[in-house]
Amino acid sequence: MIAPDWFREDRLPHIYCTGCGNGTVLNCTLAAVEEMGWERDGTAFISGIGCSSRAPGYILADSLHTTHGRALAFATGVKMARPDLNVVVFTGDGDLAAIGGNHFIHACRRNVDMTVVCMNNQIYGMTGGQGSPTTPEGAFSTTTPYGSSEPAFDLAELAVAAGANYVARWTSYHVKELTKAITTGMQTPGLAFIEVRTQCPTNFGRHNKLRRVPDMIEYLRSHAMLVSKYDRLLEEGAEIPEGTFSVGELIRRKRPAMGVKQ
Amino acid sequence: MSRVEFMQGNAACAEGALAAGCRFFGGYPITPSTEIAETMARRLPKVGGVFISMEDELASIAAVIGAAWTGTRAMTATSGPGFSLMMENIGYAAMTETPCVIVNIQRGGPSTGQPTRAAQGDMLQCRFGSHGDYSTIALTPNSVQEMFDLTVKAFNLADRFRVPTFLMSDEVVGHMRERVTIPDSVDITPPAPLAEGSLPYEAGDDGVPGFAPFGSGRSVHVTGLTHDERGYPDTTDPETHDRLVRRLVAKVESARRDIADYEVTNPDAETVFVTYGPPSRTVEQVMRDHPDESVGHLRFRVVWPFPEFALQEFPDAKVFLMPELNMGQMVREVQRHVDQSVISIPKIGGELHTPAELVRVLEAHR
Repeated sequence: MIAPDWFREDRLPHIYCTGCGNGTVLNCTLAAVEEMGWERDGTAFISGIGCSSRAPGYILADSLHTTHGRALAFATGVKMARPDLNVVVFTGDGDLAAIGGNHFIHACRRNVDMTVVCMNNQIYGMTGGQGSPTTPEGAFSTTTPYGSSEPAFDLAELAVAAGANYVARWTSYHVKELTKAITTGMQTPGLAFIEVRTQCPTNFGRHNKLRRVPDMIEYLRSHAMLVSKYDRLLEEGAEIPEGTFSVGELIRRKRPAMGVKQ
Repeated sequence: MSRVEFMQGNAACAEGALAAGCRFFGGYPITPSTEIAETMARRLPKVGGVFISMEDELASIAAVIGAAWTGTRAMTATSGPGFSLMMENIGYAAMTETPCVIVNIQRGGPSTGQPTRAAQGDMLQCRFGSHGDYSTIALTPNSVQEMFDLTVKAFNLADRFRVPTFLMSDEVVGHMRERVTIPDSVDITPPAPLAEGSLPYEAGDDGVPGFAPFGSGRSVHVTGLTHDERGYPDTTDPETHDRLVRRLVAKVESARRDIADYEVTNPDAETVFVTYGPPSRTVEQVMRDHPDESVGHLRFRVVWPFPEFALQEFPDAKVFLMPELNMGQMVREVQRHVDQSVISIPKIGGELHTPAELVRVLEAHR
């Protein structure tokens, strides 16, 4: 078991469905916390609403499970009032990009020193599989029964544009790379945004011919392309296969940050 | 020692917050409350505090609640439209028992309404505005001095009862300039700490659990979901919900006498004005102009939890007259607690009642 000291074992069993990717992301995050050597008394986990946001409830530390979309605003208050605390935010695509979109761009702009891990399963999972702002065009959900007709947000690119000091994207398949990215994010002063494409076989997969967990994970693996190659193909004007997304470190920079421990 | 200044109500509110040890302000500019944010922006960095201009009012109250969970005294200030935006997170503060202060410099509504005009139109919203059952504390200053004093008091009540506490002022008092006495120090009562061996949401007889802010080593889980005494979600057991929500309401309502703050003038009177906030200033003018012991005045400094027993201070009362800067909000609370006739004197549009208007009503009901 990874980071056994950080789990609230009396909260088990957890609410995640069989085959859900969120547990993997939680494991990778706690592995990064251990790697950082952070103390329980000096670390706070904050989240909004949704499947992703239940994660802090399973961690033995101070944790704030807030309202839908507002986790980053709550976290800004915690971190600005107590810069000596390490702050980690768990969020999801609905929480962060829909109802919380305004807080997302402003938290990146302020570059508040915190690590934001977004479990992007491209669906509203908790409410039973409705289309979200990251549901791919054409994908089926209970509210896009004829295929989504809206373009999806690229969360990592959005964080880069809005000013976060560290931005990376991986998937729940890439556990080693993901753990390293979260650790790097935690080491980087300013806002670190790590988007994790995760599988939701229950509410995304079953509407999109990816009902089996291995199929969903294989889909994530096979559609992830290293950002260096992705950018090169873009530059060359080469065709990028449909559904392919970039993974890796999108940016690491030193813009002025707020709420950094002195 | 203390110092005497000539000051605006909103500035006095900010000074009261600073004196009370407020060290975090998250806000968004909105007329007619903005001077509070401006004063805090200028003053907080000089006392080691944090001022942050958030992206909207939802974020403002969220940041305040986050800061409060680090054990920092935290506040926001707003007006009608911003107050409406804060409602969901105010319910979150009530549910999670987060001590914080929300100042509402009320203006004419609904919607954008009259940004530069006074009203008392949010008196029921501050009590019932968020969904579900809960209880809150609301204070109603009528002077610049009370903008200072009641802001200090709001912080102490918020901490003592671990409840979002409202300073329900308005454009008249917020923008009024008067003499104010600022003491060198004020009484500060921090929240009771979480005792060793106690659970984070386990309360004693007073219904208020001990507070273990983040970083104090207690690994507290805070959630807006219905939770048990450990703070863990338990959203389907009817008993858990019943026990939690009844306690949230009872911890405030059962302390009504303790929290109550009101002034009684001429307790033997037969005709009694009941006021809160600036209409009390007009009543005071009427009583100065027409001294008459058969006319009384009950003035609330705290309206929520509603101190209904204060109405019994006038045993000979035959009629209560209630001027408010709304269509009649708190008057409903008075009406349901007395047998006598209660006459609402509503006024909207942004101006105070004139003394002549109140005298006319007085003459008609005696």
